[in-house]
Amino acid sequence: MFEALSDKLSGVFDRLRTRGALSETDVGEALREVRLALLDADVALPVVRDFIAKVRERALSTEVLGSVTPGQQIVKIVNDVMVAELGGEGAVPLNLNAAAPIPMLMVGLQGSGKTTTAGKIALRLKERVRKRVLLASLDTQRPAAQLQLAQLGERAGVPSLPIVAGQTPVQIALRAMETGRREGFDVVILDTAGRLSIDEALMEEVKAIRTATNPAETLLVVDAMTGQDAVNTARAFHEALGITGIVLTRMDGDARGGAALSMRAVTGAPIKLMGLGEKLDALEEFHPERVAGRILGMGDIVGLVEKAGETIDQDEAEKLAAKMARGKFDLEDLAAQLRQIGRMGSLSGILGMLPGMGKVKAQLDDAKLDPKILKRQEAIISSMTPKERRAPDIIKASRKKRIASGSGTTVQDVNKLLKQFDDMSAMMKRMNKLGQKGLMRHGLSALLPKGMAQGNRPPGRGF
Amino acid sequence: MALGGFFSRLKEGLSRSTQKLGGGITAVFVRRRLDDAALDELEEVLIGADLGTEAAARVIAAFRRSRFGKEVTDQEVKEALAEEIAAILRPVARPLELDPAHRPHVVLVVGVNGTGKTTTIGKLAQLWHEQGRRPMLVAGDTFRAAAVEQLQIWGQRTSCPVVAGAPEADAAGLAFDALGRARTDGNDVLLVDTAGRLHNKSVLMDELAKIIRVMRKQDPTAPHSVLLVLDATTGQNAIQQVKVFKEMVAVTGLIVTKLDGSARGGIVVALAESFGLPVHAVGVGEQAADLRPFDATDFARGLVGL
Ligand SMILES: Nc1nc2c(ncn2[C@@H]2O[C@H](COP(=O)(O)OP(=O)(O)O)[C@@H](O)[C@H]2O)c(=O)[nH]1
Ligand SMILES: Nc1nc2c(ncn2[C@@H]2O[C@H](COP(=O)(O)OP(=O)(O)O)[C@@H](O)[C@H]2O)c(=O)[nH]1
Ligand SMILES: [Mg+2]
Ligand SMILES: [Mg+2]
Repeated sequence: MFEALSDKLSGVFDRLRTRGALSETDVGEALREVRLALLDADVALPVVRDFIAKVRERALSTEVLGSVTPGQQIVKIVNDVMVAELGGEGAVPLNLNAAAPIPMLMVGLQGSGKTTTAGKIALRLKERVRKRVLLASLDTQRPAAQLQLAQLGERAGVPSLPIVAGQTPVQIALRAMETGRREGFDVVILDTAGRLSIDEALMEEVKAIRTATNPAETLLVVDAMTGQDAVNTARAFHEALGITGIVLTRMDGDARGGAALSMRAVTGAPIKLMGLGEKLDALEEFHPERVAGRILGMGDIVGLVEKAGETIDQDEAEKLAAKMARGKFDLEDLAAQLRQIGRMGSLSGILGMLPGMGKVKAQLDDAKLDPKILKRQEAIISSMTPKERRAPDIIKASRKKRIASGSGTTVQDVNKLLKQFDDMSAMMKRMNKLGQKGLMRHGLSALLPKGMAQGNRPPGRGF
Repeated sequence: MALGGFFSRLKEGLSRSTQKLGGGITAVFVRRRLDDAALDELEEVLIGADLGTEAAARVIAAFRRSRFGKEVTDQEVKEALAEEIAAILRPVARPLELDPAHRPHVVLVVGVNGTGKTTTIGKLAQLWHEQGRRPMLVAGDTFRAAAVEQLQIWGQRTSCPVVAGAPEADAAGLAFDALGRARTDGNDVLLVDTAGRLHNKSVLMDELAKIIRVMRKQDPTAPHSVLLVLDATTGQNAIQQVKVFKEMVAVTGLIVTKLDGSARGGIVVALAESFGLPVHAVGVGEQAADLRPFDATDFARGLVGL
């Protein structure tokens, strides 16, 4: 969509032949497109207004350089302002500069992900900075909420405060801090019940918890899918508690996450972490420069590269790349590649992070590219003899039949796989012409076996 | 739920959420000519209520045709705008009907994480139990920590039996067993809870499809209702959610939760236009009694602060 925005903007500016300072009318027209893009990304209206004003000011005082089009210039300004508004470059770590036990308070609306995030932070502090963490649930509202945190603690290998029925949230908070002191914990994470920002009684309650514990971090946990209400929620929680950081959950979804900008604008508090899944290790630092692109619809390219880097076996990937470079790619390598794809998890999820990949993603979704297919293809290859894998040309009818029955598939499946291999080999040749740089740029599309879906054409360009 | 009581309670639930929108319109229209600038501001008010840029533009375009240039009072604008929105919502305001031909009528409850699926099941169980039906609940969220225990507490609160399996048990197998049990025990409604899942995770979506496939081995007509639970604070992503869930598991209706908060749920208007799926009910709190039928006129009037 960022590409769409870029396209629209260049459309607006294509008519302009003049270089030099951008005119007020031209900028105005471009900014209308930017405004719509931001609103469609769920950035709250008052925040959009401020944002547009900043971009306008900067655009009008910027000379358009000879080498770029006015449209590109505006896009860059929009991106720069977005990064700055989200907090500038780099991530802001959790504040651990306080006397132990350091209290951390988790607050937010119902169902935003507080309890899960409490478990994730506990695991992170335990594993990355070797802190002794105590988890305490002050949620006496939601059925089984305290048990939920206790179970998450077990999964994370982090102790949780014993549950005592009948205590009020403030009593539990005090007991947690006392236990933390007595048993020498470094950090005490206080998970609270979800509450609506307009629920005065519950807002008073959380204020009392804050006063009683004086947390080093008061983290507002927000769903990345939040709409315009993000400003109301952020303002109310910030006014009541003084938010020190924001955690954005469900960033593994496909929401554009404009709420991040709204929350940050209203509270001025840094977005510190983001949740990328339900598992306890699915927590990452928030990097404004990456999320900016996502809000603008550009796709989190850096995030994609990192995710690929984490899940892909480096050695195997390098070997593969070397083979590709030499033009020597056989079915053995295809099997390795299928394993890599399997490890990368939902390929369509990853593609969703990329700009201009919407169509491919839709085709993939149609094709239901699921692990079962990958497994089946691996099975086919493993039913081949080493010789067949190295020289697939020798696989004719009778061999196909044997391979099919050996792998519990059909001859048709075997044919499909061989066709796919042919297509990939052809692509490799093309890529080799592009050289090393081309390989980097096309690495992912090479991972996308053509023919896995009918009519699915891996993009030759566009990454 | 007596109807009079229903209206006042819905208003109560919605009133907070509409104060701001109502205020916005008041600010815009006290003794004012409905000109371009006024309509632009009105459009922004709708966008601020999560209608989205396109739906807001459509509503305003229709509004412009009939009202442009008139001198209008605040009240008139609100009334007319509410009617404009109510007309969009009316076709989708349809209660959830249980078909007595099915024993049990199987209700599968789906949605992304944390929207209120389990709580809504508790509320529906309460409602139907009060009406003399015999619901059975299935703890199909075998993934999230203590999700089973959460539903079991709802079962106790509403005096309904809960079928649960071992932790991390296969949800489809569990649903299959539960359906068999409900048939033997003579329960007339089976409410199947599921783990929250993001619509863009195809493996998880396939699991949901599997639950349906497996239940159909017991009853080829099941599930009889597939309810998608939407959180009213959700912005434009709700459209994608509905689209994918509808494609994957043939959603038959929506329930919108957390309308007791400051979010106004305007996305429902865009959803009604795009998908036409029935909106059966709204959640206005965390307790068993906090479920209301979805009423188009009320919702629309509430949205504009009437
Ligand atoms: N996909 C995804 N789900 C999440 C994330 N964080 C939390 N959840 C899920 O959201 C739901 C609600 O989370 P919970 O921690 O209980 O929210 P709380 O009510 O704020 O404590 C659960 O199903 C969690 O597994 C995330 O980053 N991604
Ligand atoms: N204020 C409010 N909270 C709700 C409503 N429905 C559910 N909740 C709360 O939202 C949170 C998540 O609900 P839950 O049913 O566990 O969601 P699930 O993950 O979709 O099953 C819990 O804290 C519920 O109490 C509602 O209509 N209003
Ligand atoms: Mg919680
Ligand atoms: Mg649940």
